[in-house]
Amino acid sequence: MYLRGVFIDDTFAEAFTVRVARVLITARTLRWAREAALKLTGFATSVIGCKCEAGIERELAPAETPDGRPGVSVLVMTMGKDDLSNRLVERVGQTVLTCPTTACFDGLPDAPDRIGVGSVLRFFGDGFQASKVLRGERFWRIPVMEGEFLVQEKFGMQKGVGGGNFLILARSADAALDAAEAAVAAMTPAAGVILPFPGGVVRSGSKVGSRRSKKMIASTNDAFCPTLRAATQTALPEGVNSVLEIVINGLDAGAISRAMRAGIGAACRDGVVSITAGNYGGKLGPHHFHLRQIMAESTEAHA
Amino acid sequence: MSTLRLTLREPPAQRVDLSPLSADHLAGKTPAQVAAIELATGNRKIRVDDLFTIAGDFGSELEIRGGCEKLDRIGAGMTHGHVIVRGDAGAYVGAGMRGGVVEVHGSVGARAACAMRGGVLHVTADAGDFLASALAGERRGMRGGTVVVGGNAGDRVGDRMRRGMVLIEGDAGDYCASRMVAGTIAVAGRVGGFPGLAMRRGTLLLLQPPAALVATFNDCGEHPNLFLTLLVRSWRTLPGRFGTLPDGRLRARRYMGDLGNDGRGEILVWV
Repeated sequence: MYLRGVFIDDTFAEAFTVRVARVLITARTLRWAREAALKLTGFATSVIGCKCEAGIERELAPAETPDGRPGVSVLVMTMGKDDLSNRLVERVGQTVLTCPTTACFDGLPDAPDRIGVGSVLRFFGDGFQASKVLRGERFWRIPVMEGEFLVQEKFGMQKGVGGGNFLILARSADAALDAAEAAVAAMTPAAGVILPFPGGVVRSGSKVGSRRSKKMIASTNDAFCPTLRAATQTALPEGVNSVLEIVINGLDAGAISRAMRAGIGAACRDGVVSITAGNYGGKLGPHHFHLRQIMAESTEAHA
Repeated sequence: MSTLRLTLREPPAQRVDLSPLSADHLAGKTPAQVAAIELATGNRKIRVDDLFTIAGDFGSELEIRGGCEKLDRIGAGMTHGHVIVRGDAGAYVGAGMRGGVVEVHGSVGARAACAMRGGVLHVTADAGDFLASALAGERRGMRGGTVVVGGNAGDRVGDRMRRGMVLIEGDAGDYCASRMVAGTIAVAGRVGGFPGLAMRRGTLLLLQPPAALVATFNDCGEHPNLFLTLLVRSWRTLPGRFGTLPDGRLRARRYMGDLGNDGRGEILVWV
């Protein structure tokens, strides 16, 4: 399949099930909500090294937030249930509690699984904290030097999908980056997804394990490294000199499919040779995103 | 939704316990069976049709017409359904209530909503003493649900209260929020003497400054208070003045106390 002259590989992205929470951060101004959200989602690119994956989902207008102030919606994902609770407590406690004027609310009120966040952070109040139950939900008021930090006691947790991806194979590094930036711009408005890597883009895709060290659980994906073309069993077609990957996590497979369709569509431009995806032969995760099925609805795609 | 309508024949000579007339007891009963329900009055029992004329069938709504201050325990212990009283009601309205709605288009007597655990009690006129407090001799007061009073409330509102919401659009009497353990009481009018006496935790929100506070409440200053926004927004579906308060950039002066009894309660004065 081709889209604007770019070959769409007949393969699939393989993704796995994660646990996800949606954190709504509000503040007096959008700037301070963003400051807290950027810190909260910092160092959260991959569960391999960061224990969680997190990203900004979107900005929220005052009418969309529980307290009528501007806000930011963040998704945080982990592999296990207990991990998610721990990561939220650590990150909200260190990055939102500390940030001027912020408050923190649950963004998945309908999720049946509830994990404690405010119920743990309240101990920072050293006995001076107070709570209120409003419409069946408990909120903690934790006194801080600025005034009060308001945080919801429990946050919803649901199953999500992590590791959706596609690779942009381009003639040059510049062309790969231009295409990746266009893809990220097209995917950013999509609801229910995050792109956890820097700017949404990964340059260091990995393979499982290592040739040299048993301790390494992941190492460079040498088959896609252009500088190793002659030294390894390369997967790069002729003329490809740079590869960038987009990783997408989402609340569900549908959200990832929609985002991938928008992203791949935008990435198919001059200088890009093909689009492919990373998988492990179907052994890693239950979610398979077949590129050609996803792009079949594109009117510009052809055989 | 079908409604069972009970119209008072004439005011009873003695107080009558109407707690058997809740959705929990009325469900599935024919009008004849409802007529035969016995109600305690003094040291004897009377039938429902001795006291009321009966019309309609019970679906989930009961309407009592021609209320009287001797009709006690309306909605007491109910878990669901809707009770409407057209007129005044006696003591213990909604006592121990766990769910549903009781609407009184008139005034209620003492100890309304005492030991209430859930549901909504809406009184359009005044409420007597010990609103939302504990049953006599018990140590725990109201512990859930919402009470809205359109008029004034008597003394000792929320005595020993530990959860839930009480909203009074008029004035509250003396010792409002006394011995309060937790929960929220809001008073739009004036509050009487000694508000919050022996209060441990919880919030007494006053829309008007109190004439005086007990000496064991300390002024913590005037601050923006974000939680008030959530609080006010949670009232949006309720009837009356509290449902229409502004909810943006709210400030309150905070008095902490009662320092003679744990001291983690607060009286917030709306600014």
